[in-house]
Amino acid sequence: MLHPEIYMRKLCIKGGRVIDPANNIDAALDVLIENGKIIAVEKDVDSKGSKVIDASKMIVTPGLIDMHVHLREPGREDEETVASGTRAAAKGGFTSVACMPNTSPVIDTASVVEMILEKAEEEGLVNVFPVAAITKGLEGKELVEMGDLVKAGAAGFSDDGKPVMNTRVMRRAFEYSKMFDKPLILHEEDTDLSGVGQMNEGYHSTVLGLKGVPAASEEIIIARDLNLAELTGSRAHITHISTKGSVDLIRKAKKRGIRVTCDVTPHHLVLTDEVLLDYDTNCKVNPPLRTKEDIKALRKGLVDGTIDAVGSDHAPHARHEKEREFIYAPFGLIGLETTLPLLLTELVEKKEISLPQLVAKFTIGPAQVLGINKGALSPGMDADVLVFNYEDQVKIDSEKFESKSRNCPFNGWTLRGKVRDVLVGGRVVVKQGEIG
Amino acid sequence: MPKSLISINDLEPEEMELIFETAASFKEVATREIKKVPTLRGRTIVNLFLEPSTRTRTSFELAGKRLSADVVNISAKSSALAKGESLEDTAKTIEAMNADIVIIRHSAPGSPYLLTKLINCGVINAGDGAHEHPTQALLDLFTVNEVLGKIRGLKVAIVGDISHSRVARSNILAFNKMGAKVVLVGPPTLMPAEIELMDVEVSYDLDSAIKDVDVIYLLRIQLERQNESYFPSLREYSSLFGLNMDKVRLAKKDALIMHPGPMNRGIEITSEVASLPQTVVNEQVANGVAVRMAVLYHLLIGGGGSLEAS
Repeated sequence: MLHPEIYMRKLCIKGGRVIDPANNIDAALDVLIENGKIIAVEKDVDSKGSKVIDASKMIVTPGLIDMHVHLREPGREDEETVASGTRAAAKGGFTSVACMPNTSPVIDTASVVEMILEKAEEEGLVNVFPVAAITKGLEGKELVEMGDLVKAGAAGFSDDGKPVMNTRVMRRAFEYSKMFDKPLILHEEDTDLSGVGQMNEGYHSTVLGLKGVPAASEEIIIARDLNLAELTGSRAHITHISTKGSVDLIRKAKKRGIRVTCDVTPHHLVLTDEVLLDYDTNCKVNPPLRTKEDIKALRKGLVDGTIDAVGSDHAPHARHEKEREFIYAPFGLIGLETTLPLLLTELVEKKEISLPQLVAKFTIGPAQVLGINKGALSPGMDADVLVFNYEDQVKIDSEKFESKSRNCPFNGWTLRGKVRDVLVGGRVVVKQGEIG
Repeated sequence: MPKSLISINDLEPEEMELIFETAASFKEVATREIKKVPTLRGRTIVNLFLEPSTRTRTSFELAGKRLSADVVNISAKSSALAKGESLEDTAKTIEAMNADIVIIRHSAPGSPYLLTKLINCGVINAGDGAHEHPTQALLDLFTVNEVLGKIRGLKVAIVGDISHSRVARSNILAFNKMGAKVVLVGPPTLMPAEIELMDVEVSYDLDSAIKDVDVIYLLRIQLERQNESYFPSLREYSSLFGLNMDKVRLAKKDALIMHPGPMNRGIEITSEVASLPQTVVNEQVANGVAVRMAVLYHLLIGGGGSLEAS
């Protein structure tokens, strides 16, 4: 357990460029912290009596939020645990993660939520927001006890990876969840249409002789759920959208006033299906990597506000499961420790999006989707803070990851942006780039 | 020559020509009373067949034996893979046997690439799912060249289930590489996405497509595709895309008719068509051994040694 004085201490993060999109701040300011809370974000604050963290030449932002990770606990502790996954998160600059329910057992009862929150309290380095299933056992048939789960601390509901195919059940989920104002986080895929598809359907799947998943597989179910959100007046959050058509559908729905938000993964913003030409199973993900046109549309959607958040879909898999025949390898890659530098390099440096805009997608964006009091540096809020160096380069070495898994296609890439310090509730969990 | 042959893309046109020349001289070996040359004496070839196959496995086995290599067969039923061993562990076992080359047949596309990462010796792809089957394409082109005297400038119709066919993919690449034109014929449900980007024409009408082609290449239709709604019935498939005598009459008089085997008589080809003199299915099988001998020779010995060297 932590010593109380860690919380009592006064901290001052001095001289950095503070970017806090929620408060429209982008200026050289100091951040004053006391008792684990933000006290002030001002110019030249009086730091007398406080421990000073020199942040000159650094960027200071609210701690990042990853609203889509798989911590694999309970059930696959060989791949990731609450402890290892939250260490990976901290190392990557994240102070809050929402973890998906496809564990074993599934997060579909209050006791599993409680167990994860307990683990997070005892062993977790960052805040953990468990997402419960929509249906019992992710089977798409019967709704979970949403009321009980919310009471236990569920942050939202998702049948991630196994979308609810029965439209009537999905309608009930939309209606019933209105009582709780927790988001339905929807992996959108017509699983009948996808079949045993392994990658994006197109020229490359044809050349490789792999079964394809057409863009329509995602778009059909997004269209359905936008209709259901409209019908029920409920809220939909579409997770990891991957196609131009999805961006278009959601943009139009937002214009029509439908309550919809969405997120995108870093890999769908950067990689196309061409990277699969040597059957690299680390690039086997669901939804699959798409085309250049899709990337262009996703980036545009991120900039114009159609896309609210970035979520890594951090999906750890054991080495022996990934290093095998492509069609037998599971879907998913890990992203917690590469997401920030990847997007700083591919989007900010290449001037596709401004730094404050990108920070918003990692902070206030996901905080609003989840309805949590995070993602800002407002006085009174928990002092979840990230200090990073935008100029430094890092060479990704997956062998050094905090995550228990290694399924990262960006291994060996040289990226810009290095996480220096991470504070969770005022406690320094990463110091000078190392977990302290 | 490359160390491994996994895709037709691994070969330059000149290398394909060299394989054909070598195959032509190896073909003579089969006519001898003693059908054996000492070329690969002391070399070990592992036939790793993880999917049922009699024809291709036998063809490779015979090719290896006629070159005096030691040939070991590991098949799906007998291998530990059937008991859940990973390809990685199987590969390590094979490596411990000091194999010089592994010939792999596997239902998973791309698995020969995985094998090259797991093993130091060369790998020959004998068919990986719907990806490729390069030695089949080589023997097909060798046969066309042998009968028609050229490949460049020919027009070839490949008919049937393109989506699920490794033979189609390797043949598209090989015929294009050697300067022939390819038209694919079949129902839209069996055409993979954006296949036209492989530099082919696509037709849904066999009658018009075969009018001006020099080669009609029929693919085997997997009978279970009917249950997966790729087409409503074998009867309808056969009436639209099966080659019968009426359709043969629409084609050029001497158009070559080919099939990788085994044929579904009465479905993609009628018995009458199968026994026409211009149907070269048996020649394909015979050439298969010679072409595979040539591939083994070039991959294992390369340009350096003479054919009869021991």
